[in-house]
Amino acid sequence: MRVILAFLTALVFSATAFAVQPDEVLKDPAMEKRAREISVELRCLVCQNQSIDDSDAQLAKDLRLLVRERLVAGDSDQQVRDFLVQRYGEFVLLKPTFSAHNMLLWLTPALVLILGGIGAYTALRRRPQPAQALDDEEQKALEALLRRDRSAS
Amino acid sequence: MLVEAGHYALALALGLSLIQFIVPLWGARASDPVLMSVAPATGLAVFGCVAFSFLALTIAYVSSDFSVLNVVQNSHSAKPLIYKISGVWGNHEGSMLLWILILTLFGAVVALAKNSIPLRLQANTLAVQAAVTIAFLLFILLTSNPFTRVIPAAAEGQDLNPLLQDPGLAIHPPLLYIGYVGFSISFAFAIAALIDGRIDAVWARIVRPWTLGAWAFLTLGIAMGSYWAYYELGWGGWWFWDPVENASLMPWLAGTALVHSTVVMEKRDALKVWTILLAILTFSLSLLGTFLVRSGVLTSVHSFAVDPERGTFILGILILFIGGSLALFAWRAPMLKQGGLFAPVSREGALVLNNLFLATACATVLIGTLYPLALEVVTGDKISVGEPFFNLTFIPLVLPLLLLLPLGQTLAWKRGNFLGTAQRLYAVFGISILVTIALFAYEHGGPVAAPLGIGLGVYLVLGSLNEIVTRSWSKGTPLSVAWRKAANLPRSTWGTALAHAGVGLTVIGIAATAWGVEGLAAVKVGGSVKAGNYEARLERVVPRIEANFREDAAVFTILRNGQALGTLESMKRLYVTRGMPTTEAGIMTIGLGQVYASLGEVEADGSVGVRLYYKPLVLLIWIGSLIMALGGGISLTDRRLRIGAPVPAKTAPAAPVPAE
Repeated sequence: MRVILAFLTALVFSATAFAVQPDEVLKDPAMEKRAREISVELRCLVCQNQSIDDSDAQLAKDLRLLVRERLVAGDSDQQVRDFLVQRYGEFVLLKPTFSAHNMLLWLTPALVLILGGIGAYTALRRRPQPAQALDDEEQKALEALLRRDRSAS
Repeated sequence: MLVEAGHYALALALGLSLIQFIVPLWGARASDPVLMSVAPATGLAVFGCVAFSFLALTIAYVSSDFSVLNVVQNSHSAKPLIYKISGVWGNHEGSMLLWILILTLFGAVVALAKNSIPLRLQANTLAVQAAVTIAFLLFILLTSNPFTRVIPAAAEGQDLNPLLQDPGLAIHPPLLYIGYVGFSISFAFAIAALIDGRIDAVWARIVRPWTLGAWAFLTLGIAMGSYWAYYELGWGGWWFWDPVENASLMPWLAGTALVHSTVVMEKRDALKVWTILLAILTFSLSLLGTFLVRSGVLTSVHSFAVDPERGTFILGILILFIGGSLALFAWRAPMLKQGGLFAPVSREGALVLNNLFLATACATVLIGTLYPLALEVVTGDKISVGEPFFNLTFIPLVLPLLLLLPLGQTLAWKRGNFLGTAQRLYAVFGISILVTIALFAYEHGGPVAAPLGIGLGVYLVLGSLNEIVTRSWSKGTPLSVAWRKAANLPRSTWGTALAHAGVGLTVIGIAATAWGVEGLAAVKVGGSVKAGNYEARLERVVPRIEANFREDAAVFTILRNGQALGTLESMKRLYVTRGMPTTEAGIMTIGLGQVYASLGEVEADGSVGVRLYYKPLVLLIWIGSLIMALGGGISLTDRRLRIGAPVPAKTAPAAPVPAE
């Protein structure tokens, strides 16, 4: 199954290298950390589900530089993301937005769990329970029946 | 000539499969033992044909027969022998042939197990198996023929994709396919039961080893693929939530649920309808995975639309089998009699919860994989679903599952006592909490996830082994007696404990990645890059020329706190035929952790980018998976599976169930 991934990776890697290059790193460690955190959630558009932080593609490098440029220019994390979405569309976000057209995606796990739970519960409830001890009323009724039996014989 | 014979053997296999499909079904309906016994005979013959065909293709590869298109496109005369062989399944056509080979191999093993499976069940099962074989043989013969010739023959081949020229990837596809395709047997048994309208604990006992075997192989296959990605793709990650990976994770999750529900069915004759449904769903997910990977739909919906022949064919197979089997299920399932009763708090109840969480986790991966495709088709919007999504949805589903695992394993069947069970785990709770606190104190201020995750892993490992201890030792028992008792516990008990402990080890490995450190620098010879306490000093760069690639090997000395530990080599390779560069990470294993160095670009001033990681305990991720698979294997050797289910009829002394 990995075969295909490998083929695609091979296609995508025009030049072998790796993710963040030494010359890209920002001087300010706090800002670099923010850049890395943003990068992890941005998709390298030409790769298979790879973040720009992981990818070796040229495009990923450009995006990494862009993220850092915006941060240096004083953008907040959210502004950087918005900027990229505006430019490349929602496709660039590895974490889909909580918008209307993604509701089904985000809610499915909870729905399956709840419906599955209810389903399992009712299926088990519907079945006869293992015999339980008689309550007082039943006990009395049983004794009455037994007495009648005995007196009849 | 051999190539044509191989092609012909596939056509012959198709004809025989048709017989294997029709005659036994008819025989089972008419209760005619002669017609039913056609099934094992044809099953073996079909396997023989496909095996011959596979052998023919392998010989074409090994002898570098460049008059065969498939060989030209995926092989090279200078390639090492192992990659000539693995090249057979390193491409679309060959991997589909491997798929069918494994499918028919399973059919052949069912055919040979005639003393342990009732004839009627065997006939129906092999007929269903034949239906799957027919569909895939048609697929290969009509759209993906690996035996196409090229005239004139090529002088040299175009080589196998260099990323695939790796021992890990040579054995990864066969392992994965044995798992994937192995679930076809559980599926065939389920459909056979539906056709017959009868299902009981004997059915569960027969099906269980197949499911368990397939599951163990799938576990190995996924672990192997993950380790390959880790060392070969060069950025140190081991799981990417890539659709291709998800395609193998989904059947694994469903298969894990199936392994557990068949236990309930075998021991307590309960959860029958659900188990049947799960068997159908598990194989459906295997088919879905094959479709996703083989149709090109993942790359983009458009590439699928441009060359839709293969994709449409597999989609057809998918709809036919999933739709058909679910329709049969809807029609027949209500006739199945429900068996054993149990209270909500019981081992059965815990396993129902296990299935609920696993099924939901599986649904989560499914929606995450298919939603972007569906959305694009319906609205044209393109979105990505990546790791952040799965971290937010999948992990919260797995956590409760793991927390409940040792409790469930300790609960009694039928009606359990929650408090009493928790009491038996006091020591386990205590130690895990102490470990967590100690780790927090030790790392003071480090990532929160690591101590919590490792605490959870320790809880799982101890909780699983606790079962063995409490069943063989109580206060006052001499150790020698306890030891003998433990050794005499059923193998399935050991298998369960080991597999669950394996889960714990994997969890520890995953949690410890939070402690990983990395460093990045452009270095020249003599320079070094640091990651935490570790340092890699570039000693020299050695150029080498091998049969089918050239490489520059960078030799690093690895130091910890200034103390030299040894050397490792990272390579940049150029595969000559395809002109394709690859990187080979240098890895040094220290205990259970690894130092990992990969090379980047060579700068204008002659320095080279080096990324250095130290990943503590990272090996536990895969060691845990190996132990999970081992646990499955040990369960397979359990006496009751070896001896097989009693078959009412004139049987000879029960023969062993083949444990594949």
